[in-house]
Amino acid sequence: ELPAPLLDDTHGKELGDEAAAVKSEDFQDSMKIAWRYQNLPKMEASPTTYTKFGHYYDVSKKMSPELCQSVKWHSFYLHEELSFEPKMKAWNMKKKNARLLQSIQRIISQEGKKSSDPQKKQRNVLRIGIQSLGSILWGDDVCCSDIPEDPQSLTKFLYVLRGLLRKSLSACIITVPAHLIQNKAIMERVTNLSDMVVGLESFIGSERETNPLYKDYHGLVHVHQIPRLNSLICDVSDTKDLAFRLKRKQFTIERLHLPPDLSDTVSRASKQDLAGSAKLLSSGCGAMAIGKKHLDF
Amino acid sequence: QGKFTLLRDTRTDGSFLVHHFLSFYLRAGCKVCFVALLQSFSHYSIVAQKLGVSLAAAKERGQLVFLEGLKSCLDLLFGEEEQPGQPSPLQFLSGSSCDLRALFEFVRASLTPSGRDSCTGPVLLVDDLGVLLSLGAAPVAVLDFIHYCRVCVCCQLQGNVVVLVHSNEDSEDEENELVVNSLCHHSDLILWAEGLATGFCKDVHGQIKIIKRLSLRQAAEQDVVQIYQYKIQDRNVTFFARGLSAAVL
Repeated sequence: ELPAPLLDDTHGKELGDEAAAVKSEDFQDSMKIAWRYQNLPKMEASPTTYTKFGHYYDVSKKMSPELCQSVKWHSFYLHEELSFEPKMKAWNMKKKNARLLQSIQRIISQEGKKSSDPQKKQRNVLRIGIQSLGSILWGDDVCCSDIPEDPQSLTKFLYVLRGLLRKSLSACIITVPAHLIQNKAIMERVTNLSDMVVGLESFIGSERETNPLYKDYHGLVHVHQIPRLNSLICDVSDTKDLAFRLKRKQFTIERLHLPPDLSDTVSRASKQDLAGSAKLLSSGCGAMAIGKKHLDF
Repeated sequence: QGKFTLLRDTRTDGSFLVHHFLSFYLRAGCKVCFVALLQSFSHYSIVAQKLGVSLAAAKERGQLVFLEGLKSCLDLLFGEEEQPGQPSPLQFLSGSSCDLRALFEFVRASLTPSGRDSCTGPVLLVDDLGVLLSLGAAPVAVLDFIHYCRVCVCCQLQGNVVVLVHSNEDSEDEENELVVNSLCHHSDLILWAEGLATGFCKDVHGQIKIIKRLSLRQAAEQDVVQIYQYKIQDRNVTFFARGLSAAVL
């Protein structure tokens, strides 16, 4: 059930053309009042505008089976694995987590992804994806109770996984249902043990859904931690407020910026009021021009 | 000599202090035992090279004893049967013992002078202590381990101990806060790196509070607190008085 990749370039080109058209229109007017802002760069909502970077997928279509089969991939299905009983040394860890780690380690050595393996001409990175770690799907009760049976199961797993990743040509992305984990201490430790931590907060069901500030977006993106590897500094971007938008064919992450405040609370007489008071004025000189609203100064 | 330094960070990453102390002590010719629990050897090696020190060379000449926690853990769990008489320092992971005695023995063995050493005072450096809690060690075991290390390294061998911990004001991690508070009380020097209270800033990465705990040794003395702000660069960290960042002047 993987989404189909967008292999043709037309989609990317469409976006590029759109963007170019928008840009050329705007530059024709020069600013009269806010002329100091003329020379500032235009507000870029998305950090990399429409450059072809990474992979694009169409969630409405499924990936073709031929494509799936042509690629080498491994899966870990818990129930199949549990039926084996390989020799396991005394691991002070939940059995399921231990199995997963063993499976990963086996694949790493099978595929020759260890850093110490001899160089081959083409080295791909082993990409590992783990979904909903810490949820009851993995047999963990960290999401169910405030005081789980083994509070260190998740952190121990992550530590060993970190060791495996550091020793091999692999990268791993894990999703954790943080909103279900009641024990915040565990989330703090998980963050410390990870290189990069990104949180997605959806507006659905929260009070932010009706907040006019967020009306264009579907949720916020929180970057809690970025990797600081092999260097004293890390590449921190300028902006910290990011929001995401989910359209039919696009999931974009943009900078959250405030549009100008054009709400009714700003004291500005509407056209109707002006017309009303003008009528009153012309009818009689002595009459006081009492419009429908008070005119604020 | 004989000092316990606590490196503490809140809302930011204080690991730049670890890199600093590592290269500082190696350059001074001290024998260093580095218990690196969170990152690989190559990470520290690359940063140390930027700071002008070669970790590989130090290791080869015996000046640096490097315990790579991640690697030890993998060896313990995936490796073959361990040789008798050479227990893994991270023994507590396999559940056979719930204290950190094996780790302490490792530290003691690496820092006890063997006669051929021409190094000055030994130094124990730990990055970072909170990982031991995440791996299942009890807070009491961690505090015991630090206590034993202090007695051995600071008192008996007249060396220094430098430990990094993370903390947070509104942290719900009670075990970690317990360990951190206890260590604060027993430290001679605390270097506390914090993110700015006003939020993220490109030119000032944080502030550092230097607390000299004179009250620890002398009853009537007051602790001396100094606060600076800092900016981390590729090969260097610049410190300046508050509000006097180069970007502002």
